[in-house]
Amino acid sequence: MEDYLAMLADLAVRYGPRLLGGVVVTLQLVGISLALGGMMSVPLALARLSRNPVLRLPAFAYVFFFRGTPLLAQIYLIYYGSGQFRAAFEQAGLWWFFRDAWYCALLAFTLNTGAYTAEIVRGGIQGVPLGDIEAARACGMSGFTLYRRIILPTAYRIALPAYGNEIILMVKSSSIASIITIFDLMGETKLAFSRSFRLEVYLMAAALYLVITLSFEWVWARLERWLNPQREAPDLKAPDLQPPAALVEPQRQ
Amino acid sequence: MKKFGTLMLAAAALALGMGAATAAETTIRIATEGAYPPFNQKNADGTLSGFDVDIANALCEKMKAKCTIVAQDWDGIIPGLLAKKYDAIVASMSITEERKKTIDFSDKYYNTPARFAVGKTSGITDVSPEGMKGKTIGAQSSTIHANYLEAKYKGTATIKLYATIDEANADLAAGRIDAHLADSIVELAFLDGKDGGCCAFAGPDFKDPAFFGDGVGVGLRKEDGKLKAEINAAIKAILADGTYKKLNDKYFPFSIY
Repeated sequence: MEDYLAMLADLAVRYGPRLLGGVVVTLQLVGISLALGGMMSVPLALARLSRNPVLRLPAFAYVFFFRGTPLLAQIYLIYYGSGQFRAAFEQAGLWWFFRDAWYCALLAFTLNTGAYTAEIVRGGIQGVPLGDIEAARACGMSGFTLYRRIILPTAYRIALPAYGNEIILMVKSSSIASIITIFDLMGETKLAFSRSFRLEVYLMAAALYLVITLSFEWVWARLERWLNPQREAPDLKAPDLQPPAALVEPQRQ
Repeated sequence: MKKFGTLMLAAAALALGMGAATAAETTIRIATEGAYPPFNQKNADGTLSGFDVDIANALCEKMKAKCTIVAQDWDGIIPGLLAKKYDAIVASMSITEERKKTIDFSDKYYNTPARFAVGKTSGITDVSPEGMKGKTIGAQSSTIHANYLEAKYKGTATIKLYATIDEANADLAAGRIDAHLADSIVELAFLDGKDGGCCAFAGPDFKDPAFFGDGVGVGLRKEDGKLKAEINAAIKAILADGTYKKLNDKYFPFSIY
């Protein structure tokens, strides 16, 4: 037992710093791709909902493709696919971007999460009660103001839990970056495993992923409570939620 | 209750029968990578072939053992052996001190040097750590080549590690890496192939035993001393009776022993 603990400590000392370096890479990749994907999502969702087919159909095709194919295939297509067409990319002056595995991973993640987030935002927009919109119109709001003041704020609140889910999925999916030579948390873990042959490094990596998702869940729970106080589970024992005495079955004497 | 009894009997009979079958002829399960031509590769129909596979079959024939050969990704090939998913690794694995801490090896069955392949547009002529300053260089991960890059080039060049040789060669051809350190014969197969025009060998052969080991052997669990003795005897036998030379000549115009 003591030997085992000493071995674990040795593993942590030897590979811990590299794994933490991997955490930084993972957080950067996920953070930036979520930010960029989030920015894409609202215009995309609006295009998806547009009555104009010139807007609606391309947005639909984009979402359809990126939600319907595995992220693994997307990242392979972008990384090794672009490698096959180096000359064309060089001519277009884009090779510096596609040469770098990190940019390729960022592009794949952004496009992927952008598609999912667009659908989440669309669901939120469609979930806005019609009465709210009617009331806003009655007050004279229309177009941009209506979206800015009424529809989008409500849509964000409706979409919040689903979006939290997407972020957690993204943190875990980002481990795929390791297959295109990026030393994110998973990449560093694989390297540590191939050097030490100790399965425990995967446990260490799992623990680190858990720390990331747990701390994020903590933040998200607070954000949800702040933005959606009405959604908090009601306290059924509260005095003002008790039925009036007249409705309670009379107790048998 | 009666039914249960019959069931138990049937199960016992089955177990006994299986025991008898394994006792009659030893089955040795062998792992290879299947992505390392010309030493081992998966064919279009899913079967495995290559020099390693032929050697494994020749050894089994000499040992009068029944062998099954399975493909296993390189990264997990030693853990799989330790987990007893198979009994031996015949996958061009170099015998190194580092690996000997975890597993055991038979005697060598071939030994070839490592060499850099460089992109023709990379401008690399000097492959020393100073000559590669600022370049991006790659190797397959968990290999002697990767260890060598990490040990010698870490300060001067950017190192990228790949799961398979094919992926590293694809990035060499695409110009994502300027140089690729690999086994010279494996790299020769790539350079002679249809995508090999991009690149050429540069610099000397690398043989330093401290990094590159003493040739390639069959990987075995440390406790399987008996199997090791049998395999060593079989290697001697195929070297002596000309089987080895026949297989060598089938793949290579010079001796790789």
